[in-house]
Amino acid sequence: MRVIDLKKPVAITAWSCVGGKKEKEGPLAAGFDMLSSDDYFGQQSWEKAETAMQKYSLRSLIEKRKLNARDIDIALGGDLCNQITSTGFAYRDYMIPFGGMYGACSTMSLTMATAACLVSGGVVNNAVVGASSHFCTAERQFRTPLDYGGKRTPTAQWTVTGAANVFLEREGKGPFITKVCFGRIVDLGITDANNMGAAMAPAAVATLTEYFIHSGKRPREYDAVYTGDLGLVGSRLLKQMMEKEGFPLENHIDCGMVIFDNEKQNVPAGASGCGCSGCVLAADILPRMAAGHLKKILFMATGALLSTTTTMQKESIPSVAHLVEIVADKEDL
Amino acid sequence: MLIKAFVVGGLICVAGQLLIDLTKLTPARILVTFVVSGVVLSALGLWQPVVDFAGAGALVPIVGFGHTLAQGMERAIAKEGLTGIFSGGFTACAGGVGASLIFGFITSLLARPNSQS
Amino acid sequence: MKITRNEYSDMVKKASPNSPLAINCLWAFVVGGGICVLGELLYGFYRNMNFINSDARLMSSITLVGLSAFFTGLGWYGRLAKKAGAGTLVPITGFANAVVSPAMEFRSEGLITGVGAKMFIIAGPVIVYGVLASVVYGVVLYFILPNMR
Repeated sequence: MRVIDLKKPVAITAWSCVGGKKEKEGPLAAGFDMLSSDDYFGQQSWEKAETAMQKYSLRSLIEKRKLNARDIDIALGGDLCNQITSTGFAYRDYMIPFGGMYGACSTMSLTMATAACLVSGGVVNNAVVGASSHFCTAERQFRTPLDYGGKRTPTAQWTVTGAANVFLEREGKGPFITKVCFGRIVDLGITDANNMGAAMAPAAVATLTEYFIHSGKRPREYDAVYTGDLGLVGSRLLKQMMEKEGFPLENHIDCGMVIFDNEKQNVPAGASGCGCSGCVLAADILPRMAAGHLKKILFMATGALLSTTTTMQKESIPSVAHLVEIVADKEDL
Repeated sequence: MLIKAFVVGGLICVAGQLLIDLTKLTPARILVTFVVSGVVLSALGLWQPVVDFAGAGALVPIVGFGHTLAQGMERAIAKEGLTGIFSGGFTACAGGVGASLIFGFITSLLARPNSQS
Repeated sequence: MKITRNEYSDMVKKASPNSPLAINCLWAFVVGGGICVLGELLYGFYRNMNFINSDARLMSSITLVGLSAFFTGLGWYGRLAKKAGAGTLVPITGFANAVVSPAMEFRSEGLITGVGAKMFIIAGPVIVYGVLASVVYGVVLYFILPNMR
């Protein structure tokens, strides 16, 4: 694992996100481009709904940046559905070269980090990256039918219904991606698929620790260290472990703990899903960076690389975390 | 009788809840455990007294489903002999399973899955 | 990483909130008991309509299954189950919910490959192992007990 220092910082020139009903009732609602009270998004199935949501987000991004789809050099994206169909299907009406990437809930930072390398290296001039998740597609794929009566365990996180996209360019006024760090797979033996935060926290620790060691940076140099969706349990574990590793985190914020009002919206363990970190990034973090309220942050989404088959075969859950450093102004480099 | 049904039925559900919360058993495993327990308890002659005491309190929980299966097996063997071993179980549960199948099919035509919040 | 799997397992246990056992059990007791009372009331109703004992029991089960299907279709059964836990899982209405909910869910994959193939994806094991257990009982009744006398 190593820290990739981008010789040429990559500008984030536009962002967009779309969410569903619960996101509409949440504290970050104002930052979304579109929120639907109907989680079906007017479609006939949940999978179609997720694709529609992605298309709304993509369209919003293209309109904001006044782009022509043909001018986009590459799109990288993914979601949680088998064969990442939600994303692939969203792009089938666009003439954009597309690469699907699966990183489970780490998809947002995985695609950002990959695209940032491509743009910074001059391989492409620009790139769209994105991720989405839908509560209902995730429930029916990973758990049970929606109307099946089951009690959620107190550690079970709530999959965000949301799609987010970010546009990266060689030139622009920022914020800028300046460093990236791809994580390695970590598995500390957690088998409970209803305790994802606990499964993913060690991967977050591994990437953060490596990043601080090899970049020479310290947590306090950042206004905030964002993780993707560790939720209540994972965040607690992250803090304890980072303390042990000698890099105590005082400015840690987990996207899974801010997208909903956990108490009022009845999600005690917090949120999860690819769309969770993506939507918090596009609805909250980037706008605040553009407004100058945040100068320098780390954004690291974490993913649990399990499937229903591996769970039934009683495998433990391997996880991964990818990190990007984002700064608001070039002077802060 | 209503109070007895309430208390006995409620207690059986509490047993299920304890299994969910205190063990790593998934709901599907708990249901299988309850049904098989029902067959065993009924075969040992231990469940009929509970049914006599609490009526629906002993029959409505899925343990009662196991009781129905065991009783059906007894009846089928008394009536048909060897072939009863093959038909007894399915015959006994045909009413409940059939009703679920019929209403499940109809509901699938009329209702769409509901999102939750 | 300066931590072993065993140490981590202990940390996770400490960091994970426990289920509120007393409240969960209270919900399960009240809702589960309530469904049984409904079953008993239905039984009384069918007895009054001159059904014989076993038929009245069957009719009340069928009615509970129908009610469960209706409320599952409306999305209410799942909502109640979020609180009631085993109280809605263990009664026969929970079995019905386990059949009806996948039937609804997989309607989008077609009547044959969706509804037909997936309807018993959750309730299947209950039928399989319930029937198998009764078969074992049948084997004992037919082959073993008579030879012991």
